[in-house]
Amino acid sequence: MNEKMAQKAVVVDGQEIVLNGEKNILEVAKKANIEIPTFCYHSDLSVYGACRMCLVEVEGRGLMPACSTPPEPGMVIKTTTSRVLQARRMMVEFYLANHERDCTVCERNLNCRLQAIAASLGIDEVRFGERKEKLPKDTSTFSLVRDPNRCILCGDCVRACKEIENIGVYDFTHRGSQTKVEPAFGKKLSEVECVYCGQCSIRCPTGALVVKSEVDNAWRAVLDSDLMVVAQIAPAVRVAIGEAFGLPPGEITTGKIVAALKKIGFDRVYDTAFSADLTVVEEAEEFFRRLQKGERLPQFTSCCPSWVIYAERNYPFYLENLSSARSPQQMFGSVIKNFICQVENVPREKLVSVSIMPCTAKKFEARRPEFIHDGIPDVDIVLTAQETIRMIKTANIDFRELEPLPFDVPLGAGSGAGVIFGVTGGVTEAVLRYAYERLTGQELQEVEFKGVRGMESVKEAEINFGERRVKVAIVHGLAMLQRLVQDMRRGERYYDFVEVMNCPGGCIGGGGMPLEYPDYQEVLRRRAEGLYNADRLSVVRKAQDNPSIKFLYEKWLQEANSEVAEHHLHTHYYSRRRISDEVIRIQEAKSAQKVDIAVCVGTSCYLKGSYDLLQELLELTKEYGVEDRVSVGATFCLEHCTEGPNIRINEEVFSGVSKDKLRQIFEEVVLSKLVAEAH
Amino acid sequence: METKKESLVLSRQFEKVNAILEKYSYKVDNLITILQEIQAEYRYLPEEILTYVATALQISPAQVYGVATFYAQFSLKPKGEHIIRVCDGTACHVKGSSQVLKAVRENLGLREGENTTSDLLFTVETVACIGACALAPALMVDEEVYGQMDEEKVQQLIDRLLGEGEKADAV
Repeated sequence: MNEKMAQKAVVVDGQEIVLNGEKNILEVAKKANIEIPTFCYHSDLSVYGACRMCLVEVEGRGLMPACSTPPEPGMVIKTTTSRVLQARRMMVEFYLANHERDCTVCERNLNCRLQAIAASLGIDEVRFGERKEKLPKDTSTFSLVRDPNRCILCGDCVRACKEIENIGVYDFTHRGSQTKVEPAFGKKLSEVECVYCGQCSIRCPTGALVVKSEVDNAWRAVLDSDLMVVAQIAPAVRVAIGEAFGLPPGEITTGKIVAALKKIGFDRVYDTAFSADLTVVEEAEEFFRRLQKGERLPQFTSCCPSWVIYAERNYPFYLENLSSARSPQQMFGSVIKNFICQVENVPREKLVSVSIMPCTAKKFEARRPEFIHDGIPDVDIVLTAQETIRMIKTANIDFRELEPLPFDVPLGAGSGAGVIFGVTGGVTEAVLRYAYERLTGQELQEVEFKGVRGMESVKEAEINFGERRVKVAIVHGLAMLQRLVQDMRRGERYYDFVEVMNCPGGCIGGGGMPLEYPDYQEVLRRRAEGLYNADRLSVVRKAQDNPSIKFLYEKWLQEANSEVAEHHLHTHYYSRRRISDEVIRIQEAKSAQKVDIAVCVGTSCYLKGSYDLLQELLELTKEYGVEDRVSVGATFCLEHCTEGPNIRINEEVFSGVSKDKLRQIFEEVVLSKLVAEAH
Repeated sequence: METKKESLVLSRQFEKVNAILEKYSYKVDNLITILQEIQAEYRYLPEEILTYVATALQISPAQVYGVATFYAQFSLKPKGEHIIRVCDGTACHVKGSSQVLKAVRENLGLREGENTTSDLLFTVETVACIGACALAPALMVDEEVYGQMDEEKVQQLIDRLLGEGEKADAV
């Protein structure tokens, strides 16, 4: 090594490493093939430096945290000294003092970073007592289970929710020995703004946040010979399930997964990429109609359930813009319960529909009342990749050695377009492959739209369809989406089509996927590559060329956006309140003959000036001298966000209330009610 | 007493929150000060108000809750109109402050785990030292110090305070 290079080098455990823009000692050590343990470091989140596991000894400086110490030329770093080991062991003992020690019955047994690090350090005793107080588990959602007794306060979930989604469901609360990580007011996840995406859970280094398991239900179904169990496999899981069996991320294991599910006892195995093709056709046709009429643009994709629920709570003004096409999971659920049951001649209640998903929010989606008919859900059981891996392990299947099997007929595989739904930009590319041919009438030669690929958080593209230029945007992570929407609302950006995925990288980064690795960005990159490879290897690469799609339209659906298709493959959305709470009482009527008025001060109405209405209302009651007979309160949402500001008089909601209109309503409705009451 | 409670609810005017938020120009940096002023107004931090503050400052309710629970000065439970602070510093402790505390609680009819009377008139707290060691055992009612307390004196004090409360009610 020459002198100039040596000036830009550090020494890690005796090995000279040339610096090349590494942000911290962790990254430098990785170059020396040393994986320093951490709980709170994630390359895609801010550096927190709280867990102290990554302490290393830097000559002349003592113990330094490797995650938050930038390397400096000439540094001599030792990662395994007696001081380092003593410090790490001590830290782990402290963690274990506050952590439930029931590892053998924990969801994360053998899949837990705390357990792994304790094992690697050879901790064989915890010298401190256990936490006396047992805190209740939160099982309130369909997607996640939170067990505060297993929390080690690393704050990974806090930062994941804040930085990736900008929702901030969790924060540190209380202080000292009472410190907790919990949602606002210690509420349950179902009572706050959680979108069930599980980004917190894949980053949790312990069993404090885990996927809510439906494995027991799945076993009951497959082991019941009276039932016919039909599975659908989402695109993203085929390039990730292998990771749990020692295969590299991105390796395509579709055939092996089919074989494993058959061994477990699933009667039929289908491909969600098939219903993704169906989504492409339905969603693209919907888009053309909107383009022609120039209405309800931009069209937002609606396959991501976390994004849908976020939009329902926060963007009432865009609900009309969401594609009404159901997600691939729900389309397949509908196909199974309405078409396959006829083909197989099995009554709906004897047919169990199971979906294998990368996603925790899909569990919530399957329980939306729109997708349950006469008490029978279109999708009965949603298994995440993690749960599927558990079933394969329970069945003692040697996954690596399995002979691949094809999907079942008549609704065989999906096209390559359907497969890339699992990666950010994939839905857009799949729709473009369809749209180009449909709008220009020419065959698409180059099917790969490279411009919409890649991991940038926002991608933009303009595509020429003959005379019409179509502007698309692709965004993943709700934090980025929020910024994009802000710009769009201000008129600074305009698009015709917007693809939104809640998770970084799209579904390949889903909250139900195999747990996050130290090199997560690389894992995501390789999973994405895996899906693009699967697309390249597909015989059929466009949804419209999929013979099974043609078959289904001929046999059942007639044509895209037909009445049958609208009924079985489309849905609608609702405004939802963000937070469940009561009315804040401001003025209390003393008289029994009274009128109750509540003014909505939820975000949407607040921004439209509902606070001024509240003041005006109080003034009006004074002006007419009826303060004693009119109760006034503030409420957080009347669920009519699009038409705000809203007020409720007794049980009746009035929308679009301006100051002038308020006076009119007060005089006509409130005063007349009071007169009527008096009689 | 019911009328008293009702009028307390009424006195919690929502509009004050907006004035406070306005005063601190809706800046997250001023969150602690905002919470202090809200508590001065309401005598505690009601959940709905904290949610409202989060909405107005465009941060998550969890973040506001985190700050509100970090500092001992904030209370998320309603506090009484008068705060009785029983000193439990070393001097008061050895002079029998636990008997004083017990007497205060008994005279106010507080049950186990309760620190505020149901009529929202009194809240009882213990403090480490109020600097009145020479008068141990001591307690404070709002800003006023009462020294050399015993069970009998506590009873007289509380009777007097309750009497004043009723007089105020009558007015």
